[in-house]
Amino acid sequence: MAETYHLPQASLDPLFSVILASGRRILAPTDRDGRSELNPVTSPAQVAKDYVQTALSAKGTVFPKVEKLLSYATEPGKVELTDPVPNALPTVLFGIRPCEAAGFQALDAVFNWDYRDKFFNARLEQLAVIGVSCTRKDDACFCTSVGGGPGAVKGSDILLTPMEGGYLAEVLTEKGQALVALAPDLFNPGNGVDKAKLVVDVPAAFDQPALTAKLPALFDAGLWADQALRCVGCGACAFVCPTCVCFDIQEEADPRAGRRLRIWDSCGYHMFTLHASGHNPRDTQGQRWRQRVYHKFSYYPERYGMLGCVGCGKCTRACPVDMNLREHLVEASQAQVKP
Amino acid sequence: MELREKAKQLLESGAVKAVLGFEAGTHGRRRPLFARSAEAAGRLVWDQGCEQNLASYVTRKEVKRLGRMAVAARPATLRALLQLMAERQIKEEDVLPLALDDAGQVTELASAQAIEERLALEPQQIPAKDRELMDRLKAMSRQERFAFWQGELSRCIKCYACRSSCPMCYCGHCTMDCNRPQWVPVPSHALGNQEYHTVRAMHLAGRCVQCGDCGRACPVDIPIHLLTFTAEESVHAQFGQGAGASAKLDYALSTFRPDDKESFIR
Repeated sequence: MAETYHLPQASLDPLFSVILASGRRILAPTDRDGRSELNPVTSPAQVAKDYVQTALSAKGTVFPKVEKLLSYATEPGKVELTDPVPNALPTVLFGIRPCEAAGFQALDAVFNWDYRDKFFNARLEQLAVIGVSCTRKDDACFCTSVGGGPGAVKGSDILLTPMEGGYLAEVLTEKGQALVALAPDLFNPGNGVDKAKLVVDVPAAFDQPALTAKLPALFDAGLWADQALRCVGCGACAFVCPTCVCFDIQEEADPRAGRRLRIWDSCGYHMFTLHASGHNPRDTQGQRWRQRVYHKFSYYPERYGMLGCVGCGKCTRACPVDMNLREHLVEASQAQVKP
Repeated sequence: MELREKAKQLLESGAVKAVLGFEAGTHGRRRPLFARSAEAAGRLVWDQGCEQNLASYVTRKEVKRLGRMAVAARPATLRALLQLMAERQIKEEDVLPLALDDAGQVTELASAQAIEERLALEPQQIPAKDRELMDRLKAMSRQERFAFWQGELSRCIKCYACRSSCPMCYCGHCTMDCNRPQWVPVPSHALGNQEYHTVRAMHLAGRCVQCGDCGRACPVDIPIHLLTFTAEESVHAQFGQGAGASAKLDYALSTFRPDDKESFIR
């Protein structure tokens, strides 16, 4: 059961100070040069005021775009292997939206599926999330269609909901309690406000369980190729996505030394499933687009009992050709299944 | 004639299988529409928001399968189509460019010569905002300029939206994706980002039609088009020919002429 407090606006400054003094860095949305992105900040004044979402997701804090998995050096008759220690800095993520906070669970499902990934886990252990509920939305948002909401608590250690004079603060986990314990006096007793009235209304766009149930029968439908005709096959959607977890392993080596790196990959790339034989089971962009939708809405539920999408809409905003995921899912929901 | 009417006519007469233009998207954006029926042609729109260079689609295999296509074209689109002809990626008869003026009136450009004549009427101009930043960069010392691009490229995530959106990046197998041998580091670390963007700028020097789509496509707003714009201007200044000026243009950087001003090659 969450503990509920009131965090006055004036408490944010000292809260940031005690967090930094405890040795944690704070990452928050900033809008330098009009670009909304996560950056280290030292005071609430540096945090963007007017953002729906950052362009990139916060997944880079636990699954960076480049992660060194091992390095090695060779001498005649000898190979020296080095196991890198993940550079996991104690971090507080401040101001990410509830949808993004929920995204960590989808990453966790893969990185702790059978093998426990030490890099992901080291970073996740060092991470605390202070989410901020949404009082604004745009037409890419569809959190409420995928089990989330503008004030949903999943994934946040503390969730702040803006209200008159400050925030409604829900302390949800031990990590959240540890942050409150740094300066308990900053948090006042809760005053029973109704959170639902403070957040923006996001009406559901489609019936997700019905869509998931229908997808197997829609596999050969023509709509995926039609939808993907304008897709240019870049990786923007996958790379900004808080839940896209596919990676590639790259070896950088010369005869004397080398290292193995894990990097982001995307199922939208034409080489993603290209076989050494030259055969490609996903030879067209339509097949690759279908894979993106099915992985999130069919295979994830089947394999992990959860969705691989949090409805944040980052893919839609990042797409150079306006591949609007919500719109495409609505279209699939309305499509007739041929017997 | 206006675009919707022209598109309907072309589709109904069977002159083309599809009309590639724009429709209203989300966030007030415009997005590509492949109109394959008279009904779909009714969704076509044309205004200042229709910025994307649709020539990037005409070399894609999924799009080629649709058959002969009309393409709603801005000047940069026309330049790209000519450059693709010059590079023998499309034939004159594969595509029917529909040039549109600001009032939305359509002119069919049925031959490369018609495209060239149309372009001669439209002075090629780099947008003021881009010109301003290019001038600022040019005025910097080499160190300052390097620092500027290092800062910008450190934000690159190597999603390849710039490459995928570029009408001249049509290679089926890009050097960036080669691994036997691997020419450029694939990871999006400092070296990988810098090598990728440098190679891409060099590969587009003399071929960039200055549409700016690479920069528009960037999800993290890196003004990456300024690299290829600058490389293109440099080739233009030194060789006297610009990309997309003609369907019969030899590539400046790989063509020898007996009257070359340099003597080392003789």
